[in-house]
Amino acid sequence: MLSNNQKYWKENIKYLTILLIAWAIVSFVIPVFFVESLNTIKIKGFKLGFWFAQQGSIISFLLIIIIYIYLINKLDKKYDVND
Amino acid sequence: MNVITYTYLFVALTFAIYIFIAIRTRAKSTKDYYVANSGVHPILNGMATAADWMSASAFISLPGLIGFFGYGGSVYLLGATGGFVVLSLLIAPYLRKFGKYTVPDFVGDRYYSNKARFIAVICALFISFTYLAGQMRGVGIVFSRFLEVNINTGVFIGAAIVFFYAVLGGMKGITYTQIAQYIVLLTAFITPCIFISIMLTNQMIPSFGLGSTLNDGSGVYLLDKLDGLHQELGFSEYTTGGKSKIEMFAIIATMMIGTAGLPHVIVRFFTVPKVSDARKSGGYALFFIALMFLAIPAIGAFSKYILIETVSNQHYIDMPSWFKTWEEIGLITFTDLNQDGIIQYTNSNNNELFVDSDIIFLATSEMAKLPNWVIALVASGGLAAALSTAAGLLLVISTSIAHDLFKKQINHKLSEQQELMIARIASAFSIGVGIYFGIYPPSFVAETTTLAFSIAASAFFPIIFLGIFYKKMNSQGAIAGMLTGMIFSVSYIIYFKFLDADPETYLFGISPQGIGIVGMTLNFIVALSVVRFFPPPSQEIQLLVEDMRYPKGTNKPLNH
Repeated sequence: MLSNNQKYWKENIKYLTILLIAWAIVSFVIPVFFVESLNTIKIKGFKLGFWFAQQGSIISFLLIIIIYIYLINKLDKKYDVND
Repeated sequence: MNVITYTYLFVALTFAIYIFIAIRTRAKSTKDYYVANSGVHPILNGMATAADWMSASAFISLPGLIGFFGYGGSVYLLGATGGFVVLSLLIAPYLRKFGKYTVPDFVGDRYYSNKARFIAVICALFISFTYLAGQMRGVGIVFSRFLEVNINTGVFIGAAIVFFYAVLGGMKGITYTQIAQYIVLLTAFITPCIFISIMLTNQMIPSFGLGSTLNDGSGVYLLDKLDGLHQELGFSEYTTGGKSKIEMFAIIATMMIGTAGLPHVIVRFFTVPKVSDARKSGGYALFFIALMFLAIPAIGAFSKYILIETVSNQHYIDMPSWFKTWEEIGLITFTDLNQDGIIQYTNSNNNELFVDSDIIFLATSEMAKLPNWVIALVASGGLAAALSTAAGLLLVISTSIAHDLFKKQINHKLSEQQELMIARIASAFSIGVGIYFGIYPPSFVAETTTLAFSIAASAFFPIIFLGIFYKKMNSQGAIAGMLTGMIFSVSYIIYFKFLDADPETYLFGISPQGIGIVGMTLNFIVALSVVRFFPPPSQEIQLLVEDMRYPKGTNKPLNH
């Protein structure tokens, strides 16, 4: 049987894994490795790949942190480990 | 009023504010001095972190770099922002719970080893001193260009101000001045961006202006126009091209992981009251950084466009006065190869114009003929960016020397007052070193940030990460990993940067700028191999690691 704390940690690791995958996608996959295919899509003056590399990824980083804070605060309460 | 008068006015005003704050926030205890008594609100800490993080080079050089490299310059934008995800998710909350004053302090206690602490102190000092050199140089350049004083005088004035609030106020004084400096530097950066954005595209928000059409009646998108101009002049397209994919990946990753291992950034998270506040701080910090970083690519593209339009194929004698001023200090050079009196700016052997990318942002407000007060504002913003980062670095240096070297290695019986005294002396001493670097800049200033990021990524990040997420990580593994990462990165950078080895022989085609990620991988491999041959840490340490993982029961840092 896992203790309360161990269950909390396991769920935390799950969240971290998912969010870090998202982080890697907006850091490397979209703005570097697949930038050419995205550049074929154009929205106003922006090629989509270029937009991600200079604007979109920064906004995504912020969203990832906000989602994590929301999830982990809920988790803290659920397992009663909040400070 | 002319630019100089405005500049003196703004600089005097902002400096008066910084000094006023310093007097109001004098540090009384070591806890005040090291971590501002852990009582800083997360929003305020977010602002302070943003100012701490955005250095003279981010403010002065980055827009120019983006303008020069276009899409290729994205590595710096991504690298400088994405690290906050790593920091807020994997590092900051746990180190805050651990409740120590510095990164070497964490390393020393978590790995129950003064040897590990000592190696960490050396890394922290090395990173901070190299970074400091760049800041002091930035102060000197802004002073000499905008206040028309001698570079040395500029460095001394800047150092005196930092001395005043860093030595008196410690972390407490630094925190509140950094908040003021954030507001100054953001205003100073955004104002010219908005002016120019409206001027070129009728858009109030620079980030939208970047994707809009030019308002010269042509109806052409700014970025399409830039792509066209670039091809005409023989440069690679603005929105594509640039570095190889592996190289881009390596630089972005090194900068991000390096950010998560920089001692002067990490220490900011020790100043908030709770673990949940440390997480929030990371979010706020990135938000405040993004306000500026989303405008950087816009001003980068605007200035490139204005530069080409102003100089390309124009008569040299028609150049405005700013052109001549920069020419005098050697940051713009024009060689009339074909003697026709016209400036040919191309990417070929016939190129006649050299513009140092460091001056692009400073020169753009002049090129765009913005009001004098806006140009003056930019100068005080550059100073705020340099001074806020310099202060954060000084604090790391003085804490590392007083706490991790004197108190923990040499004399355990130091009283709090003695420790505080040593911290202040160390701080004064490092300002002296900073002045020296500002006046006699080592020829490798440009390379220093590369070094700092690479060492932070390859020496610090893996052992901090393993210290939190791998309970059985022992001191032998950590020391071996740290040494491997550091020695590898430093020798690689020295070999290629200072001994001028052939870039054809780069490992995996990665330049020294991105080598930190390879150093980090080696650190992980060595640490996780060596750990098997030695006993795991004691039950006590393992419980300590357990405790770090749950926010409940956060203590304010103990006075130890």
